[in-house]
Amino acid sequence: MHDKTLALTARALQAGEISSVELTNRCLERIRRFDESLNAFITVTGDRALEQAAAADRRIAAGDATALTGIPIAHKDIFCTAGIRTSCGSRMLDNFISPYDATVVERLSRAGAVMLGKTNMDEFAMGSSNETSFYGAVHNPWDRDKVPGGSSGGSAAAVAARLVPAATGTDTGGSIRQPAALAGVTGLKPTYGRVSRYGMVAFASSLDQAGTLTQTAEDAALLLEAMAGCDSRDSTSLDEPVPDYSRAIGEPLEGLTIGVPENFFDDGLDAGNAAALTEALGELERLGAKLKSIRLDNVHLSVPAYYVVAPAEASSNLSRFDGVRYGYRSPEAMAGDLNAFYRRNRGEGFGAEVKRRILIGAWVLSTGYYDAYYLQAQKVRQLISGDFARAFEDVDIVAGPTTPTPAFGIGQKTGDPVQMYLNDIYTIGANLAGLPAMSVPCGFSGALPVGLQLIGPHLSEARLLQTAHHFQRETDWHARVPPGYGENP
Amino acid sequence: MSLDSTDIDKLCELARLAIPADEVADVSAKLSDIVALVDQLKAADTAEVEPMAHPLDRSQRLRVDSATEDVDRELYQDNAPAVERGLYLVPKVID
Amino acid sequence: MQYEAVIGLEIHAQLATESKIFSGAATRYGAPPNTQACLVDLGYPGVLPVLNREAVRMAVRFGLATHCRIAERSIFARKNYFYPDLPKGYQISQYELPIVHGGYIDVICADRVKRIGITRAHLEEDAGKSLHEDFQGMSGIDLNRAGTPLLEIVSEPDMRSAAEAGAYMRTIHTLVRYLGISDGNMQEGSYRCDANVSIRPRGATELGTRTELKNLNSFRFVEKAIEIEIERQIDIVESGGTVVQETRLFDAERGETRAMRGKEEAEDYRYFPDPDLLPVSIDSALVDELRAGLPELPVEKRERFMAQYDLSAYDADILTASRPLADYYEDCVRHSRARPKLAANWVIGDLAAALNRADLEIGESRVGAAELGALLDRIESGTISGKIAKEVFEAVWNGEGGVDEIIERRGLRQISDSASIEALVDEVVAANPAQVQQYRDGRTQVLGFFVGQVMKASKGRANPRQVNEILRAKLG
Repeated sequence: MHDKTLALTARALQAGEISSVELTNRCLERIRRFDESLNAFITVTGDRALEQAAAADRRIAAGDATALTGIPIAHKDIFCTAGIRTSCGSRMLDNFISPYDATVVERLSRAGAVMLGKTNMDEFAMGSSNETSFYGAVHNPWDRDKVPGGSSGGSAAAVAARLVPAATGTDTGGSIRQPAALAGVTGLKPTYGRVSRYGMVAFASSLDQAGTLTQTAEDAALLLEAMAGCDSRDSTSLDEPVPDYSRAIGEPLEGLTIGVPENFFDDGLDAGNAAALTEALGELERLGAKLKSIRLDNVHLSVPAYYVVAPAEASSNLSRFDGVRYGYRSPEAMAGDLNAFYRRNRGEGFGAEVKRRILIGAWVLSTGYYDAYYLQAQKVRQLISGDFARAFEDVDIVAGPTTPTPAFGIGQKTGDPVQMYLNDIYTIGANLAGLPAMSVPCGFSGALPVGLQLIGPHLSEARLLQTAHHFQRETDWHARVPPGYGENP
Repeated sequence: MSLDSTDIDKLCELARLAIPADEVADVSAKLSDIVALVDQLKAADTAEVEPMAHPLDRSQRLRVDSATEDVDRELYQDNAPAVERGLYLVPKVID
Repeated sequence: MQYEAVIGLEIHAQLATESKIFSGAATRYGAPPNTQACLVDLGYPGVLPVLNREAVRMAVRFGLATHCRIAERSIFARKNYFYPDLPKGYQISQYELPIVHGGYIDVICADRVKRIGITRAHLEEDAGKSLHEDFQGMSGIDLNRAGTPLLEIVSEPDMRSAAEAGAYMRTIHTLVRYLGISDGNMQEGSYRCDANVSIRPRGATELGTRTELKNLNSFRFVEKAIEIEIERQIDIVESGGTVVQETRLFDAERGETRAMRGKEEAEDYRYFPDPDLLPVSIDSALVDELRAGLPELPVEKRERFMAQYDLSAYDADILTASRPLADYYEDCVRHSRARPKLAANWVIGDLAAALNRADLEIGESRVGAAELGALLDRIESGTISGKIAKEVFEAVWNGEGGVDEIIERRGLRQISDSASIEALVDEVVAANPAQVQQYRDGRTQVLGFFVGQVMKASKGRANPRQVNEILRAKLG
């Protein structure tokens, strides 16, 4: 049962083949058994999950269930959860108990989903390997010496190891798609504004978007239906109807034109990844899609543009963490003046990568550098966005690699931030332009999974999910379970 | 362009961050690498380009003016490191 | 050397919305600490600002009333700095593209009209408060005020004296209250002002180095602080020094301005567009709607009062200083056949004095406009004298009844029949033979004595004009 998809599990629950309490207990059992070696969870909320599961079972019995009622899920620890620690992977919030639920948490909870716990992540979502977490690195279930990607590394590892059928994530520069690719699961980053950001600890507000990590596109569709939609508490959430994604994915893939950016397949791409991707594109062609070579001319500037825009917004967003109303306060804080108070609380509460980004962000916004960096990055953002807009005049979706390489070794890139940043070279463009994008398991490079990235125009989630769903009906990469995680406890 | 230890000091003051003295050199080196990365932006010809501040090309949705929030001070201050008579305590503020 | 001052003001007016600018917390003043600060106001992790529509409408109304251009598209920006009363570590304000800009207002100062340019007015959120007493060397932070909507009104440096600055501040104060966009309560800090002051040799066109004066929370302080600062700057320049650009705090008790500590270095606020807030669009339909809904503005009302009611500039000024007062006056005039000038005298005189004594606002007056109108009618028709009217006013104020009721009950009707007055005069003349002799000897000023005696005998009710006439006849 543990390796079943969310959709199949939902059917079993509805049919009474298993209860939510049983299911929840099995997941908790797997977490106990496997998570010590993975470190995917920061907080496991077992008692609360069982209470929710019991309530879900009553709801199912009463015939009042949704597709998600009784389904155990995990939330990335960036989503505020009332009464439960929301750490954001940081010492700064190690003692922070949110008094409220994020909109995503509230909506999934209202649909009847059962929260198993909060997953590990890079500190404040700043990282591509899950190594910047205050709670330690997460291990990739395919090779525990490798990273699972980041920043939603805990969610990706938990789903890959089948500890939980699905988990939420957030994606600012690839933080859902990159770990999904490295851990061999399906990751969906919706259109900017499709899902409310309320209650999601902000990293870079114009880039952040909540999404899902699941086994399949079908599962992602079920979750997105519950998560998406306008929220009065987030004025940047889109006031657009939420389609019936679950139905849309089954429709035939007719007349689909897929753009393949030729400059995504250059020397920077690992040969094993390239081979798997070529094979996957061939599969899409066999499914009836027409492939078309395109160019995204400014995409090579996406990493530099991102490392101006994201730190600038982050430096401001993270100013609220000052140790006054919540969060870490240094034992020495009250010994000095106000300035020392701030500097100690923040200096000790934040980790090295977060501090680097805050400093870079302060720098690009400061007098004398604003025009050359911040404004220039916004203009380049426009160029990159324009490249995609032009591409979508000719093609329905863009397909290519999610990452340049498969999972790399823990500790391999921590000494060189820029090398780490370049991991997101293919994913950042979609964030800069606000486009929906997915990563779908499409093969292996050696023993490590490879992700196929699909990017669509604004609000084309249904089209992306449909493409991925058809691909997954013909392939079984998404159904592969990492060795050692297949058996039941 | 690179950022030396004087720049780091200034930025730390601006961002209210304490960085131990023995880490400044490393921070300076890593930030300079990042600056080298973002310096690639200078090569882009953006003379005719409007800056893009946001991925949504829309205008802001506004809220009706009504007092809808209940304030639970006890709950909200549970997270506070130091509170006295309902006030958050900090080192003396000097005007 | 002759110097002239160059002054620009930044006025912060709290907008009279029910809820905060970016959250649904109430804006009521004086609640216990931190009971009016919701998660958004506290800057909790994950929360987002949602802009109050009414704040936008109020700002546009102000812009329309001051001939500003209304931005079709305006942008909110973050002003980044650390301070304990600023929970997010940034203030949401406007930097480039404020909501309204490029207007003016006419101000009357020393009987001359002076046009003061309004550079811009933008929306922003207020900060909380730091309390310093009783915390063993620490400060306590109250965030109730955090997120209260402010309209920051920035003038051009068009003022040349403290008096002009004071007049400008009063004029804007009157305007925002007319528009109903701010209660203008200065004790509660809902109307505050910073002043930029510099001096230069008279006739020069270049600006001198300016200082920014903070903490000017009354009209009197504004004028006083600016006067003191101008003198200070002149002293510096005269003695060969140079003025330093800095922020100075006005100390009302000591009557001096002093440099603020910790503000020596210019802050780098790192403004950038707030990514949580998309551009605000204001279309022409909204502007038209708001323009149509504007009330008659103070300047227009003042002119109309002078023309329609034949009032002096002085009277019109006072009566139009607030909308409720002007409304009361017009209501009173509408309910009375008396001359509008008489109504003006009463509203500015006896009514204002009574309100002042009881510490009441015009809206709380114990004598209604219609009642005062009735009183004026009785004076005008000769039913009671002006003097008796004051007694009647007092009685109505004290809740003893209506105007006519009191006149009847107390028998205050003026005595105007000659026979009754003659009888009184005869009594008085008979009782004071010595004074009669004096009068007849040519000391006619004793007439006043006789008038007084007759009025006293009539309990003030005798028609004074008739008393005078009859006395002259009898004594002559």
